Amino acid sequence: MAATERHVRRGESRPRRLTRAEQLTARASAAALAARAPVPGAIIDFRSVTKLYQGGDVGVEGVTFAVQPGEFVFIVGASGSGKSTTMRLLIKEAEPTSGAISVAGRDLSTIPRRRVPYYRRNIGVVFQDYKLLPDRTVHDNVAYALQVTGSSRREIREKVPDILRLTGLATKLHNLPDQLSGGEQQRVSVARAFVNHPPLLLADEPTGNLDPETSIGIMQLLYRINKTGTTVVVATHDKAMVDRMRRRVIELAEGHVVRDEQVGRYSTTETTGEFAARLRVETPGVAVEGPDADPTPRRLAHPPEEEVE
Amino acid sequence: MRFGFFLHEALRALTRNAIPSFAAMATVLVTVLVLGVFIPVVQATTGAANEVRSKVIADVYLKPRTTEAEMQRVKRKIERTEHVGRVEFISKAQAYKEERKRNPEAYDLLGSNPLPDTFRITPDKPDNITAVRNALAPVGPSGERSAVDPAIDEVRNREEDTNKILSVTRVVKLSMGLLAGLLIVASVLLIANTIRLSLYSRRRDVEVMKLVGATDWFIRWPFVIEGVVVGALGGVLAVLMLGVVKVAVVDPLAADFALVAAPETMNFALLIAVLLGASVGVSALGSGLSLRRFLRV
Repeated sequence: MAATERHVRRGESRPRRLTRAEQLTARASAAALAARAPVPGAIIDFRSVTKLYQGGDVGVEGVTFAVQPGEFVFIVGASGSGKSTTMRLLIKEAEPTSGAISVAGRDLSTIPRRRVPYYRRNIGVVFQDYKLLPDRTVHDNVAYALQVTGSSRREIREKVPDILRLTGLATKLHNLPDQLSGGEQQRVSVARAFVNHPPLLLADEPTGNLDPETSIGIMQLLYRINKTGTTVVVATHDKAMVDRMRRRVIELAEGHVVRDEQVGRYSTTETTGEFAARLRVETPGVAVEGPDADPTPRRLAHPPEEEVE
Repeated sequence: MRFGFFLHEALRALTRNAIPSFAAMATVLVTVLVLGVFIPVVQATTGAANEVRSKVIADVYLKPRTTEAEMQRVKRKIERTEHVGRVEFISKAQAYKEERKRNPEAYDLLGSNPLPDTFRITPDKPDNITAVRNALAPVGPSGERSAVDPAIDEVRNREEDTNKILSVTRVVKLSMGLLAGLLIVASVLLIANTIRLSLYSRRRDVEVMKLVGATDWFIRWPFVIEGVVVGALGGVLAVLMLGVVKVAVVDPLAADFALVAAPETMNFALLIAVLLGASVGVSALGSGLSLRRFLRV
């Protein structure tokens, strides 16, 4: 009697939590047994993946999905729905409690710790907080991803300016990250992720800190990268943006896949320009003219001459 | 290319993190300085202690009017005794000459030579002096010592002096050794901690490097080189300061006084080599090992 009262008073009591974790583990292994066969040719293949954190918190539970090469996929969901866990599992920063993850046909659990860096070189990652090296210039930040792979100086001289031109940073070469706007920093981060031309690019809330107009610029950039054949997976909580993009959406809620569908009919032939224009039309509060348009209303910028007189 | 890149990265980190790097270098400098002073001091004291200990001797006085045959017999007996290192015969005449030199007036007054023939024994180790004495003149049941040979008058080892010397030098050696050990442990901890601190401020960088696929050693090498540079810089500066002190203060003193009976100390060049090697090794190892915690991402 007294023991029960104490439990109630403490709210989340330790013994009950452990039991929950045990239950989950049992359920997870049952799910793993029932896992489907690997999808052939998939670049990402999650089969009944469960990730439990210490203390019994659920990261993801029984998640199954496959992504084909060249796809542009959104993973959406509220905070704590398991988006970031999915990303962390993909770059092997975390190990699944049960289930199997394959990337490009390779089971991640077979990659020894020592080989993880080599595995990561095949994946570009972009984060909400950019994760740039603060004491290196834009150029050096991007070059570092090449230096890591042992690229020669000549390669770096050729590739870095190229990718910076592609991402629209050609004039910011020698700036330090803290001299750039958020959008520009995220472009550097994208440039760094893509400079090796990885077959897979992951972006975890890439527009989380950015305003709508800048976000469109980043999405446009990711779309352009996707058009070169790179598979792009974007995790975001911005459902409206996802709906406007009209790409495949995998929705997570409390660690489960609750939706996996193609939103709208989208053509894969859409050019990046058309893509961005469409986004702008459909985004409230963004000038249709594009990022270069003067944000000041025309009437104030150029008052008609008769009014002046 | 690779080494050039790592060196470049290390130097970049050093200049960007000037203050932590300077702190680490200062730590190495102070530590080397303290060790550089302490090591010779320890050696000088233990050297002096050893010098004193080597004066631990036992004298075997022979009775007056001992024949040559008896003398040979006693000598053989002494040489057969355990723990005897060196035996030196000092004849009556030699002893007289030596003592007279030391104190001419007293011996002039005396007129004749009262000194006996003597065997001077140096034991193999100073601590064995009592064993030697007991072997040559065992303590009898009455508590008096009786010599093993009738020709021996007395065996003496200036007991009080000897015991004092032995216990004092033992304490000196032990405490110096203990202090040196503590000092070395403290300096290694201090250097490791300073390096850890300067690494801690850069753990985010390490995380980012891991995310773009840098191997552990690719991240680690610049840090190790940084440690080598810091250690070498601190070590060289400290050695320079030590050198100045040696030339300006110790050498003139040594020339004037013949420091503490000129005990054998370590060669200055060897000392420098040891100190430099230790400072570079400790800081390189320190930064390499400290990084391990942050590499576990």
